[in-house]
Amino acid sequence: MKRARLGPWIAVILGAIYFLVPLIATFEFSLRVRRNQYSFDAYANVLGDPHFQASFLYSTLIAFATIVVGVMLVVPTAYWVQLRLPKLRPVIEFITLLPLVVPAIVIVFGYLRIYNSSSWLPLTGSPASTNVLLVFGYVTLALPYLYRSVDTGLRTIDVRTLTEAAESLGARWPRILFTIIFPNVRVAIIGGAFLTFAIVIGEFTFAALLDRPAFGPYLQLVGANRAYEPAALSIIAFAITWACMGLIQIFGRDRRTGVAARP
Amino acid sequence: MTFLVLDGLQKIYGTHQVVQRFDLSVERGEFISFLGSSGCGKTTTLRMVAGFETPTVGTIRVDGRDVTQLAPNQRKVGMVFQSYALFPNMTVAQNVAFGLKVAGKSPAEIKTRVGEMLELIKLPKLADRYPYQMSGGQQQRVALARAIATKPQILLLDEPLSALDAKIRVSLRDDIRTLQRELGITTIYVTHDQEEALSMSDRIVVMSEGRMEQVGTPFEIYNRPATRFVASFVGHLNLLKATVVAPSEGRITVNGQAIRTAAALNGVPVGAPLTLALRPEAIRIGASETGNRLDGTISDVAFLGAIVRIRVQVGDNRLSLDTFNNPGSPPPARGEAVHLGFSPEDLHSVSDA
Ligand SMILES: Nc1ncnc2c1ncn2[C@@H]1O[C@H](COP(=O)(O)OP(=O)(O)OP(=O)(O)O)[C@@H](O)[C@H]1O
Ligand SMILES: [Mg+2]
Repeated sequence: MKRARLGPWIAVILGAIYFLVPLIATFEFSLRVRRNQYSFDAYANVLGDPHFQASFLYSTLIAFATIVVGVMLVVPTAYWVQLRLPKLRPVIEFITLLPLVVPAIVIVFGYLRIYNSSSWLPLTGSPASTNVLLVFGYVTLALPYLYRSVDTGLRTIDVRTLTEAAESLGARWPRILFTIIFPNVRVAIIGGAFLTFAIVIGEFTFAALLDRPAFGPYLQLVGANRAYEPAALSIIAFAITWACMGLIQIFGRDRRTGVAARP
Repeated sequence: MTFLVLDGLQKIYGTHQVVQRFDLSVERGEFISFLGSSGCGKTTTLRMVAGFETPTVGTIRVDGRDVTQLAPNQRKVGMVFQSYALFPNMTVAQNVAFGLKVAGKSPAEIKTRVGEMLELIKLPKLADRYPYQMSGGQQQRVALARAIATKPQILLLDEPLSALDAKIRVSLRDDIRTLQRELGITTIYVTHDQEEALSMSDRIVVMSEGRMEQVGTPFEIYNRPATRFVASFVGHLNLLKATVVAPSEGRITVNGQAIRTAAALNGVPVGAPLTLALRPEAIRIGASETGNRLDGTISDVAFLGAIVRIRVQVGDNRLSLDTFNNPGSPPPARGEAVHLGFSPEDLHSVSDA
């Protein structure tokens, strides 16, 4: 009997080693800026770097914009599909999964071709409009996660009957959407939002090719030119990702039932 | 005065005719039940009144106005659902206030009205609870309060009690009826429970396979079923196979024994077979001198407490009858020969439709 339990444990331990050893090694390396002594100098350098602050702030703002645009696009769509066009659901699901199949580089080259400065809609013409294009691009990237999360959230409530109840009380669709649908899929929206944030913060391809001062290109720049700071940045990025995961867990708990939302 | 008119309503999904020619005039303040078995089109008809479905043919008029093409949120119709459908993100008070807010009432007005409503449904202390913190019965009361808070012209209820257990069902049914009477609100109540329909309604519409079988007061529906379907669906009814002897005098035979009906059987030829309905409570054991008499054998006795249900075989007809328990004498035994007495007035011919 004892022997039968050994196998799984070995697998767990091997898995842990596989993930933890590089992490610990990176962390250890990031502390070795000074010769014979561990220090957090690399972290101080990174956090004190104005480029770090600017690019991180930029990416955070872009992430928020992405979340707002994405939620405003996805929630009404998923709601409408579930309410009136259930037959279209597989089609919509397929479309939302496309960004996982089509590489980001292909999407961004497509954008550059369609929206270049000599096109009918020259979005790449100015920094402000390029930012808009970047947000739209990120909405596309976040679509698979956001749509799934919201769609699952909508399935846990009786969308159709709640809508009819509200309609019979005289409500029109904007009120139904904002006072009934949004609050009831709040947990799902928050979950999708943190995932979106994690994706946008680390994204490189779009930001680099559209030449925006985002965090991804900054990471790449530091990685190519410094010794210890990239390790410190990796650890910081890792911490941010885990913080997002933790926040999903915290906010993902439904205040009304105490039950964690289904992913 | 006629308030709600359903005029020749039909609903067709693809090739499936779900509702066939539904004609009904409802008085202001009347309580109407749609009664029928599953899938007969009750919900579909109700949803057409609410505006969630558009009739394929026909018109709906409320207070003289044609509302057939009006959107649900324009119809001033209160709706109560089987699944309660309370908004999960709102408290009881917020749920009840929803329609008032939509109507643009002032906060003070809303507060007063919500208070009144919660008094009315006897749950004034639960204003700050969320739906998941309440029992099904309480949730359905709140749903009712929410539906009537805006003073709708018509109240529609679709099997509001069928998710609740038996005791609550009976008490809530009385509460709904009392409330409806107090407010004088025109109501359509969908149910497949005949007891509910009989005890609550001013009039009942019995439906089967998308057709209206009969419209009438509970008394009429129960005592004078117009069709065989109504007869078998409402109440416990004995159906007798008879042969016509003299139509104009109402003379017939059942299993060779001569009896008669009170009404003349005009238009039925001599010797034709006929189906007759007879309520269990109209039959007595022991023959009476003036009325009808049938001889049979007791085939089964069920002691139900206050009531004893006895089954008697008369040829190939099996009759069921109810007698009250008599502490002084035990019920008859199986196999005993009995005489059954009943008056000709209680015997009704039913059409086979
Ligand atoms: N959207 C629809 N498309 C096609 N057929 C439908 C649709 N809605 C209802 N039906 C059919 O119409 C018939 C009547 O349905 P309805 O819901 O009105 O029945 P009901 O009398 O309310 O039954 P129940 O007591 O089970 O609620 C059923 O056979 C059902 O399958
Ligand atoms: Mg129904």
